[in-house]
Amino acid sequence: MRMDAMEAAINALKLVVIFGMMIQAVPLLVWLERRGSAFIQHRFGPNRVGPLGLLQLLADAVKFINKEEFVPGKGHRLLFFLAPILAMMPGALAVLAIPFSTPIEIAAFDFAGSTWGPYLLKVQGADIPLGIIYIFGVSSLATYPLLLAGWGSSNKFSLMGALRASAQMISYELAMGLAVVGVMIIYGTFYLNEMIDMQQGPMNFMFMGKEVIFPYLPNWGIFYQPLGFLLFLVCSYAEANRLPFDLPEAEGELVAGYHTEYGGFKMLMFFIGEYGHMIVSSSVVIIFYFGGYLIPFLSTEDLRQLLTGFVGEGAMLSLATSLVYLLSFIIKLVIFLWVFIWVRWSLPRFRYDQLMDLGWKTMLPWGLLNTFVTMLLVYLAHG
Amino acid sequence: MIYQLGPVLFMATLSLLFGVVVLFLVSKVGPKLKPTKAKLESYESGISGQQASTTKVPVKFYLTAILFIVFDIEAIFIYPWAAVFKDFLAEGYGSFILIEMVVFMATLVWGLFYIWKGKALDWE
Repeated sequence: MRMDAMEAAINALKLVVIFGMMIQAVPLLVWLERRGSAFIQHRFGPNRVGPLGLLQLLADAVKFINKEEFVPGKGHRLLFFLAPILAMMPGALAVLAIPFSTPIEIAAFDFAGSTWGPYLLKVQGADIPLGIIYIFGVSSLATYPLLLAGWGSSNKFSLMGALRASAQMISYELAMGLAVVGVMIIYGTFYLNEMIDMQQGPMNFMFMGKEVIFPYLPNWGIFYQPLGFLLFLVCSYAEANRLPFDLPEAEGELVAGYHTEYGGFKMLMFFIGEYGHMIVSSSVVIIFYFGGYLIPFLSTEDLRQLLTGFVGEGAMLSLATSLVYLLSFIIKLVIFLWVFIWVRWSLPRFRYDQLMDLGWKTMLPWGLLNTFVTMLLVYLAHG
Repeated sequence: MIYQLGPVLFMATLSLLFGVVVLFLVSKVGPKLKPTKAKLESYESGISGQQASTTKVPVKFYLTAILFIVFDIEAIFIYPWAAVFKDFLAEGYGSFILIEMVVFMATLVWGLFYIWKGKALDWE
């Protein structure tokens, strides 16, 4: 796997594009969130600036840049600035490992006097075999920027918000970690690409040495792990500090939680972190339970055959397949992000003791139960 | 193995650089006002705080953190087991690995039950 200069350059560019896409997704999601909340609450939302209010994002960005730089008098300067910068990192690092689509083949070509390639361009930042472990490990670092923000602001509300946030995140991380054990038993791997491959075709599994096929269901993880899916989804809401679990920034109690003293672009960086977290959680849910980029009832073979009629064989075919799968992934992603927004504007907030009780006394035992039942069923099905 | 971490390092540097550069540029663009004394106070519902804001933290959070570490490490031990469970089944060692995990999980549940009874999970 040695890379030449061109391949390294292409991969670096790809990483920049992925990072840029994550940053760019934030204004779009904020717009979706504002329009969506307005739709749910029977209001108009931003609809003055540009078509459908889409240019509102640009206006907001200009406003953020022109804000006054402010550090609270008693605050710790270094930590205060470090927190928003670090807040973006876990999201960016986790997005790296997510396979958005199938690899694109690039045929050999001439450039600057020599022949380069052929290459295989993965639509994924880094192909990490320990995909899940890496994503969980990196996402759990998101606790630190919040604590730094709370401590560096030197404000009691910020500190309380940060403490609540970190306690909540670690509690739900535990339940989340147990909720996915079932998935790992079913797939028998940590590798995300392998998991997606296993979800091809109609639902089928071996039961007592006989093959059982449900032709009307895709072979998706949710049909094997319904309880695990529910637990994972709830935990990912708590991890992203979203309603109904947004206790860290409960405005009725804590002004604005850990970002009380923040404004302008620093505030926006916390938002990038939060929305990055949402994107990562949604992607992971899709990969575990909804077949990743796969299209139900259309196997990769069939799709390639279908596309051969339009673009022919070779490199173009791999590009077309990849684009179709990318579109499929984005559609699923948008659906899940919409569910995030939908839930936020539909459910009221928990009380803090209820929240911790739910995490430790409900989610954790149910996660253990899910592991236990999955283990027994897999054992029995093997016969 | 190590070349796979190249992109990770690259992305970490990229996001760090982006953050530092953007914050630096924004601090150059925004208006420069001399902050008044009242403005530099902590934003705490109008009345300025009498106590330093970074002193006392409820000890309850410390307990939660410790419990998290205990249980999270135990959960991590389940991961490799889960990944090889089907392989062991195929090899015919299914009962062995099943009973091992049942014992492990029984210990875990016992621990959870213990802290539950000890009221370590209650918030007032």
